Amino acid sequence: MSGATLLKESGPREVFCGLTSIVWLHRRMPDAFFLVVGSRTCAHLIQSAAGVMIFAEPRFGTAILEERDLAGLADAHDELNRVVKNLLARRPEIKTLFLVGSCPSEVIKIDLSRVAENLNIELKGQVTVLNYSGSGIETTFTQGEDGALKALIPLMPKSDQKKLLLVGTLANAVEDRLTSIFNRLGIDNVESFPPRQSTQLPSIGPETKVLLTQPYLTDTARELKNKGAEIIEAPFPLGVTGSTLWIQAAANSFGIEKSLVDSILNPLISRAKQALIPHVEKLSGKKLFLLPESQLEIPLARFLSNECGMEIVEIGTPYLNRDLMKAEIDLLPPDCRIVEGQHVERQLDRVRDSSPDLVVCGMGLANPLEAEGISTKWSIEMVFSPIHGIDQASDLAELFSRPLRRHDILNPKTLTSN
Amino acid sequence: MELTLWTYEGPPHIGAMRIATSMKKLHYVLHAPQGDTYADLLFTMIERRGSRPPVTYTTFQARDLGGDTAELVKGHIKEAVDRFNPEALLVGESCTAELIQDQPGSLAKGMGFDIPIVSLELPAYSKKENWGGSETFYQIVRNLLKDKSEESKKAWQEEKRRPRVNLLGPTLLGFRCRDDILEIQKLLGQYGIDVNVVAPLGASPADIIRIPDADVNVCLYPEIAESTCIWLERNLNMPFTTTVPLGVGATQDFLRELHDVLGMEIPQSVNESNNSKLTWYSNSVDSNYLTGKRVFIFGDGTHALAAARIANEELGFKVVGLGTYSREMARKVRPAAKALGLEALITNDYLEVEEAIKETSPELVLGTQMERHSAKRLGIPCAVISTPMHVQDVPARYSPQMGWEGANVIFDDWVHPLMMGLEEHLIGMFKHDFEFVDGHQSHLGHLGGKGNQNINQEVKTTVSNDSTNTSADPIWTHEGEQELSKIPFFVRGKVRRNTENYARQAGCREINEETLYDAKAHYKA
Repeated sequence: MSGATLLKESGPREVFCGLTSIVWLHRRMPDAFFLVVGSRTCAHLIQSAAGVMIFAEPRFGTAILEERDLAGLADAHDELNRVVKNLLARRPEIKTLFLVGSCPSEVIKIDLSRVAENLNIELKGQVTVLNYSGSGIETTFTQGEDGALKALIPLMPKSDQKKLLLVGTLANAVEDRLTSIFNRLGIDNVESFPPRQSTQLPSIGPETKVLLTQPYLTDTARELKNKGAEIIEAPFPLGVTGSTLWIQAAANSFGIEKSLVDSILNPLISRAKQALIPHVEKLSGKKLFLLPESQLEIPLARFLSNECGMEIVEIGTPYLNRDLMKAEIDLLPPDCRIVEGQHVERQLDRVRDSSPDLVVCGMGLANPLEAEGISTKWSIEMVFSPIHGIDQASDLAELFSRPLRRHDILNPKTLTSN
Repeated sequence: MELTLWTYEGPPHIGAMRIATSMKKLHYVLHAPQGDTYADLLFTMIERRGSRPPVTYTTFQARDLGGDTAELVKGHIKEAVDRFNPEALLVGESCTAELIQDQPGSLAKGMGFDIPIVSLELPAYSKKENWGGSETFYQIVRNLLKDKSEESKKAWQEEKRRPRVNLLGPTLLGFRCRDDILEIQKLLGQYGIDVNVVAPLGASPADIIRIPDADVNVCLYPEIAESTCIWLERNLNMPFTTTVPLGVGATQDFLRELHDVLGMEIPQSVNESNNSKLTWYSNSVDSNYLTGKRVFIFGDGTHALAAARIANEELGFKVVGLGTYSREMARKVRPAAKALGLEALITNDYLEVEEAIKETSPELVLGTQMERHSAKRLGIPCAVISTPMHVQDVPARYSPQMGWEGANVIFDDWVHPLMMGLEEHLIGMFKHDFEFVDGHQSHLGHLGGKGNQNINQEVKTTVSNDSTNTSADPIWTHEGEQELSKIPFFVRGKVRRNTENYARQAGCREINEETLYDAKAHYKA
């Protein structure tokens, strides 16, 4: 480990719950439906976070618990059964149905796995019903994806084929790009999890080498390991360095010659570094404060400090998985302050005291900070944007340089007064 | 259990947050799990507020549930009071906290603070946002004024001062409330009536305590303020007005009612004229084309009711559908629909609303942002008249709905999506020219008239599915299709459906030009 200072904090938190990850998961797997078993709050949360009004019929919804559902659990199970059958009759295109647990369903202990099991028997394979929890009492924001992927693992067929499995939702274009780079390195068998169709699950076995694309897949990584797969240790593919080390780790694991790797990656690296220059000019020496939310905070801080010259004031992270983050923390500059957990009021006090140039934060906090004259970047944008890989490094940097550029345009520093 | 893909209203604690965030020097401790903080973005993103809502969330997690959550709640309450130093404290729960029954309100009351503590009980599994807002405002007013008696207060005439009223009901995330209260204050000023307190928007607990200094309460938004107005009338003998000044006629009625309740003589000007351009614009020759335009209305109760009256009486539209998502307002919307010869649509299911829009083939939809999306898909012009709020409903410009200027805004907002009269006349004249093919209606967004062709196809397939087990489908001849294509696109689906029904009834195997006219005569008769 580097010299990073690890602190813990508790108190009021300002983070999304795991249900929010449905917002990108349903787009990744268009043949799946996500049915939250929860309250009106859950329904309101997802529609507010996603701005879903544009959809005719979205591929997610909420079975809203009502007073009488709270009275008897047996009835609640029957009710859920009824709601699911109505939904499936209405939407015959659904191939996989995720029953997603919420805070209220967890507290009253609705057994979603039992409901799913019974439905699977009744539906005889026409639709696969799975369950996981996206509740705020157990999960934070991106952890919802971890739960959904973990639920899919038991369905993955066995295979002894040697393959590289990219795990974690990526933008389709980025996924294609990364796959083609691996192909050029001689790794032909590259698959992705989650797949683009929920029914086309990749197979898995002892010859599967897993490369995590996202840092929030703790449970998924553990389950894949239990299935015999090998998890390749690497930093995450954000920025030129992170992406290079990530690709190299896979190449090493497949025994690809270093000279071949270098010959393919070096032109990409120098081109990407060139493209970073204007952003580095803008970002260099600027102070950055990351509030906890997406779990991408540590890799982002590593990229923005090492490659863009930003000065890190504090890295907030909702939780810290030291194993998965080890390679990242090792790359951080010494004396970096990482705070696990949150006391949002005290953290905002520290933000104000340190007068940062840029704060990465959730949507609820952005405008209040902007109103205080502090530039912000929404953390939720990182999970929607194509930011992974060497070629995307300048796009990633641009996400952070744009608010600063905008600030300068709107607040010109005039040397002469009139 | 109810399957919901999208909801018009949030849970009741969101209503409570709207009240808390509208007010000043008030703080709300909300016992809620991690994740419920999403609600902040409604205020900071949709309303573009430059400050955080005054809400402390206890954000408990699963590991806290094993321990003493009551202590956790007390810790958050103490910290919030120390840090924010409010004049009054609201304490309540969201849906999950309601299940674990920590009773944070009682806990707070036992902590020995010397500020008023308002404990909120908002049943999350049976009530919704507007109810929560209404109940919260009522509890705040009741708690702060419960020891006031009606004694000593003298009427404005006796005190030889101008009459004073309170404007009750405006909140954040309420439709155009920010501008409505400016417009109403201006209007009342013109009649020599002062505004004592505006609440909840912009009021502090100290302002709430001044409510009884007014002679009359003006209930601007019944969804939020009606229960409070009733309580103030019963307990502090304060009468209140019930007319909501949306539209020219309603604004005049409102002025009459208010003068009457205040014991003021109604000025002649109220009956004779008004200061809105809506009346003249609606009378001008260009507006002739508005006559009988078919309009579908859906929204919260207050705005839907007002829209029906304005559409019907002031613009000469024909209301073909009227509904609300608010069960609390159904009691008022049902008779209004009945008076228009309609059955009110009371539902929280936007797909049911979309079906009703398709069914009635309106030329204009007045609805929420969701109906705007539905109308866009169907290729029908739409204006937004009601919450739920969208960032577009918080315009930078002054844009009230109430009073004279509100009526002006409404005229523009509703009429501009329709084609201008002259334009429609020209299109009628030149519709056979190649420039005027369907799909050139630039005001319908990227869909143009294409959306409607889809509906027609959908309708067609539904019809053929239905008819498989009855009789064979009538077939459209080339001439029949030609004639159908001359019918304006917005009613074409309905005409197709009606004609096919007629053909089946009449036993026609073929639909030609004449069948269309037969069907037309049949349905007009």
